[in-house]
Amino acid sequence: MTEPVEIHGLNHFFGSGEARKQAIFDINLSIAKGSLTILMGPSGSGKTTLLTLIGALREIQEGSVRLLDHELNGATEAELVGLRRRLGFIFQAHNLHESLTATQNVLMGLEVHGKGNVAKQRQASHHMLDLLGLADRRDYFPGNLSGGQKQRVAVARALVSNPEIVLADEPTAALDKESGHTVVEMLKSLGKTRSTTTVMVTHDPRILEMADRIITLEDGRVVKDVNN
Amino acid sequence: MSRLLTLLFGRLPIGWLQLSHNKGRLFAAVSGVAFANLLVFMQLGIMGALNGSTVAPYALLNADIIISSQEGNTLTDSEHIARVHMFEALGVAGVADATPLYINNLPFTLDDGTSVSLLTFGMNTTKQHFVASAIAPFLEQLTIENTVLLDEGTRGMPASVIEGLSAGTPFSFEANGGTLTAIGTMNVGGGFLADGMLVTSDQTFLRFFSSRDSGAPDHILLRIDDGVSGDTVAERLRAVLPAASVRVLTIQEARDADLAFMSSERPTGIIFGFGVFMGILVGLVIVYQVLSTDVADHLREYATFKAMGYGHPFFLGIVFEEAIVLAIFGFIPGFIVSMGLYAGLVAVTSLPITMVASRAIYVFLGTLAACALSGAIATRRLASADPADLF
Repeated sequence: MTEPVEIHGLNHFFGSGEARKQAIFDINLSIAKGSLTILMGPSGSGKTTLLTLIGALREIQEGSVRLLDHELNGATEAELVGLRRRLGFIFQAHNLHESLTATQNVLMGLEVHGKGNVAKQRQASHHMLDLLGLADRRDYFPGNLSGGQKQRVAVARALVSNPEIVLADEPTAALDKESGHTVVEMLKSLGKTRSTTTVMVTHDPRILEMADRIITLEDGRVVKDVNN
Repeated sequence: MSRLLTLLFGRLPIGWLQLSHNKGRLFAAVSGVAFANLLVFMQLGIMGALNGSTVAPYALLNADIIISSQEGNTLTDSEHIARVHMFEALGVAGVADATPLYINNLPFTLDDGTSVSLLTFGMNTTKQHFVASAIAPFLEQLTIENTVLLDEGTRGMPASVIEGLSAGTPFSFEANGGTLTAIGTMNVGGGFLADGMLVTSDQTFLRFFSSRDSGAPDHILLRIDDGVSGDTVAERLRAVLPAASVRVLTIQEARDADLAFMSSERPTGIIFGFGVFMGILVGLVIVYQVLSTDVADHLREYATFKAMGYGHPFFLGIVFEEAIVLAIFGFIPGFIVSMGLYAGLVAVTSLPITMVASRAIYVFLGTLAACALSGAIATRRLASADPADLF
């Protein structure tokens, strides 16, 4: 059985001509279904670049990334858009839409899959916010939420559509210890109950022990790969 | 509102939510669209009044074909034509009757000392079937020398005079060195051409305008036999009459030609056309500014949506949704204020400025189109929303 993420001989470059600089060097990885994998490394090590390459947000230049059984190298824009809908992104900044309430922001995670039953979608969004402890903040605009609350809304938006893979970049950076723990617990339990695969970039030592696998990058190369 | 749009679209009305969240921007944009609408409505209103007053005198006539000099421009801006053509025309099959129409401006000084100019039609009083039914009964009375019918809408004419005439009290006034007596009124409406109108007999006309010759009227009006097409008879007439100096038009063609002349060849038409263009331009620029700023302000959110798997059509939808919201919300106040200004202008100028349903519909459709166009230009900025930059 193929794994949700399979990477072979991946190289990536930024810039062109004289300024061309290699950011990713010959990476070969296979990430198991339902696992929680953490990408570590100093800044500039290429972990975020790798995350965007896996997330179909950047064009693959050399090598192969197979995401959910689809080759990303040479895929059309429509294929990429289709694949992104099966992923859940959690960004370092919350990136919530300021004109939408918490519930409406979460709804955006569902509406991307096309028209559905509005009442049911709303219910699912409320449920997700409740799970993240935001039951009394459902109709707040982001401007009236604290940093941690906004980040939890962003997590709810990423998880509400039951994505097959969750890609997260420092999701707990803006959260206090307790909420950070809650979020990672959720990701882990999703992995168990729904076989959701999570790839997370983090420096947060509180989380490391919860990971199934920790991959360390340095200068665009995998230097350490440990299974917990 | 948001719930309603959600049901309507089957998705969250992001464009509406985005606009309504930023009240200041929404207000500025809606005011801009309303102002552009106002500009366009005023230009079109005044141009409509100009056109209306150009063709208003046609309402006095009841003719099928009009023969004029090639040198003339419109019904009231005409050159003389030899009356002999009338007799030639009467010999053409299908022509039932003919009459000459004499036109001149009569200067007249009101009691308060202001000078007005009255557009005077001189007509054969025995040919009642050549005038509109509303004034036909008066025509016979105009046989009495120096009697006229006066336009109710004559600018500066005291209301007491018009009321007196309606009640049957004649009104005598001095003009051009003689005394005229108005014995009744008609309704043409003031315009740009003159301050008012008179209809009189050809005899009175020729007496008051001594330089005019009965052999050289301004137009020759024709009635055709029942069951014959005006176009057919006009064709026959063109074959008979000298094309170099004489123009033969059905009355409808003549009206259309007058309107076309006023809107395309007279500077007035071009000025108002330019005014409309400026109004549209103002609207385009304002809506483009608002929408493109709005896109720029939300690039991060849009990039996030792109990462989540929303495609380009979704973003176009947001921008067009905003464009349509602006068009609708801008048109309503623009329309209402324009109606108010029309009423004000009518009160001050007595020009026939009215809101025509077709004009309101065209301006609304134009507003939608202009907003959509601005939106289309604004969407070019969407390309810079790159989800890879979010990490």
